[in-house]
Amino acid sequence: MSVLTVLPVDSDYVRNMSNTLGEPAWVTELRLAALESAAKLDLPKLEKTRIDRWNLGSYGKYKAENRVASTAELQSIIGVLPEEEQPGTSVLVQRNSSVVYTKLAEDLAAKGVVFTDLHTAMRDHEKLVRPYFLTAVGYEENRFTALHAAIWNGGVFVYVPRGVVIDVPLQAYLHSDDPEATFAPHIVIVAEDNSKVTYVDNRTSAGDDKLIHSAVVEIFAKPGAHVRFASIHNLGESVTDLCYRRAVVDNDASIEWIVGEMNHGDSMTDTSSVLRGGGSSSDAKVINVGTKKQRLNLTTRAVHIGRNSKSQMLTRAVMKDEASAIINGITKIEKGATGAFGEQTEKVLMLSPKARGDANPMLLIDEDEVMAGHAASAGQVNPEHIHYLMSRGITKEAAEKLIIYGFLAPIVSEIPIESLEEQLQQLVERKLGS
Amino acid sequence: MTKPHFVIEGLRSSIEGKEILTGINLEIKGGEVHAIMGPNGTGKSTLASSLMGHPKYEITAGNVTLDGEDILEMAVDERARAGLFLAMQYPSEITGVTNADFMRSAINSRREEGNEISLIRFIRQLEAKMKELEMNPEFAHRYLNEGFSGGEKKRNEILQMMLLEPRIVILDEIDSGLDIDAMKVVAAGVNSMRSEERGFLIITHYQRLLDYIKPDFVHVIMQGRIVKSGGPELAERLEAEGYDWVKEEVGIEDETAGPKEEEFKMPMNTRGPKY
Repeated sequence: MSVLTVLPVDSDYVRNMSNTLGEPAWVTELRLAALESAAKLDLPKLEKTRIDRWNLGSYGKYKAENRVASTAELQSIIGVLPEEEQPGTSVLVQRNSSVVYTKLAEDLAAKGVVFTDLHTAMRDHEKLVRPYFLTAVGYEENRFTALHAAIWNGGVFVYVPRGVVIDVPLQAYLHSDDPEATFAPHIVIVAEDNSKVTYVDNRTSAGDDKLIHSAVVEIFAKPGAHVRFASIHNLGESVTDLCYRRAVVDNDASIEWIVGEMNHGDSMTDTSSVLRGGGSSSDAKVINVGTKKQRLNLTTRAVHIGRNSKSQMLTRAVMKDEASAIINGITKIEKGATGAFGEQTEKVLMLSPKARGDANPMLLIDEDEVMAGHAASAGQVNPEHIHYLMSRGITKEAAEKLIIYGFLAPIVSEIPIESLEEQLQQLVERKLGS
Repeated sequence: MTKPHFVIEGLRSSIEGKEILTGINLEIKGGEVHAIMGPNGTGKSTLASSLMGHPKYEITAGNVTLDGEDILEMAVDERARAGLFLAMQYPSEITGVTNADFMRSAINSRREEGNEISLIRFIRQLEAKMKELEMNPEFAHRYLNEGFSGGEKKRNEILQMMLLEPRIVILDEIDSGLDIDAMKVVAAGVNSMRSEERGFLIITHYQRLLDYIKPDFVHVIMQGRIVKSGGPELAERLEAEGYDWVKEEVGIEDETAGPKEEEFKMPMNTRGPKY
């Protein structure tokens, strides 16, 4: 019944790949252990989603890509030219299974910042990577996390030393244009005490053959650190997106998630903050547009362990055509997390009678002295609103557009990076335009 | 610009199969102000909504033309662009759409593509009109009607009228929920728009609005049709004596419109539903 009773790779394949990549023994061992787990573990249990019916077989095989030498070549891969001529920018590009370009601003390198692919980081900075790798999202959680840990490649490692404040966002472009090649980036971001960093990534794909984007993001915000993580997924119709994002947040540290789920294919994403430190905080903003026959299962989660920890989650989803979305918001407050404050809102707007959207807010609270709240709604465009706008001369199409953008506006307008806000706006327009 | 000529002939309209308007006849020319008065439930607001093309109402008979053009054949937005404007009793609140964006879209909907109003010009106009209506400039950037008080919504409707410069203006109980000062401001806004190029249809319960906006013609509506018409003196008599004498004169016992099993009436002292 399950598509994955036979794993897409075996241990010989994993060992060979690890050797080809010149990985240290501890990495190879982790991959093999993960593969062994994958054979035993089940698929994750998702609310109201039969994920076993999705395309889960097309993991592809590792293929090496040549490094990119020229800006022109870079532009042809990712479609946009990163502002790489400017001295202050830091850019990394992954193409299929390999990171093909990295550039770290000189001033950041001088301060001890690391921004490179994960393979290089494991070789050159083992002490910085090893204590964190696979500790936020362990391979033993389910079959997806296990398979990812066995076959991941490329990826990004960010290390921000104590007290270092990075003003210009670090940018990563992750692009797949060869569906036969594994596309499984693993991102690790470590922000030491009182440091500050913004990381932005764009995930895109080309081609019509089936492929899985198997992705994990692990973020560690040490005491007093502030990490802002922004990601726009704009993967094609033939790509199944399986993505876990997780931040472990220490005392007085904070994580800010800005996520644009703008894929064209089936997507399962899980964005979680583990607020283990006292006074830690998390703020998650997610916007999502679903079109055609897309199936989506999007979860945002905050786990409160530390006292006076704070979380805020906002998700807005627009469902068109026959798209269906299950939007879960989970606020979990553990015993002992006194003074915790958690708030979440999920709203789904459906634009056609066949579109489906479920908003499932969940508050799981094991401590008395807390404050938590939720709001959720799912509905269609109010015909009274359309009538009102039309009665002023605005066409039906324009009225709908105003209302839909208006629905997303409270989140889009809160995005603190202007270029990102514009980019999201354009993507929303393009997805809703057709 | 030519004087508008707005003609309603034998208009019948139903909601959910119940006939409310039973044959309305009315002619409005540029420069004229017509007032429609009548007790609750007689079809006043149905007339306004039917003319604008609210999807809940079905027109079952009659003609409506503006300068000879068939209004009933037009979609709601086409009616608006042809020059019809309805200041609504309960305007929608729309999150995420700012007042300014909304009004600019409305203005641009009347202009050719490539000939949109410049932002600076628009803002200048908007600010000037808001000042006239004694509105807080901050309201331009608030979401459309969201969190506006009843009076602020009414001013916002008048603001739209002033910016869009329609040819036929229908005001549906623009005075309800307004205190006397707010009503004076709104009336001044309306009066500033009176011209030969514009006709008005003012729907109201109370004569007091007509102290500030002087009508040329007054019509009384009962049972979904106009039962009596006259000049401004008619409004004054209604204010002094109520509606009973009209009922007696035209031989009506129950003035309300629609089938009689429908017992529910909106109590006078409540506000309408929020969408």
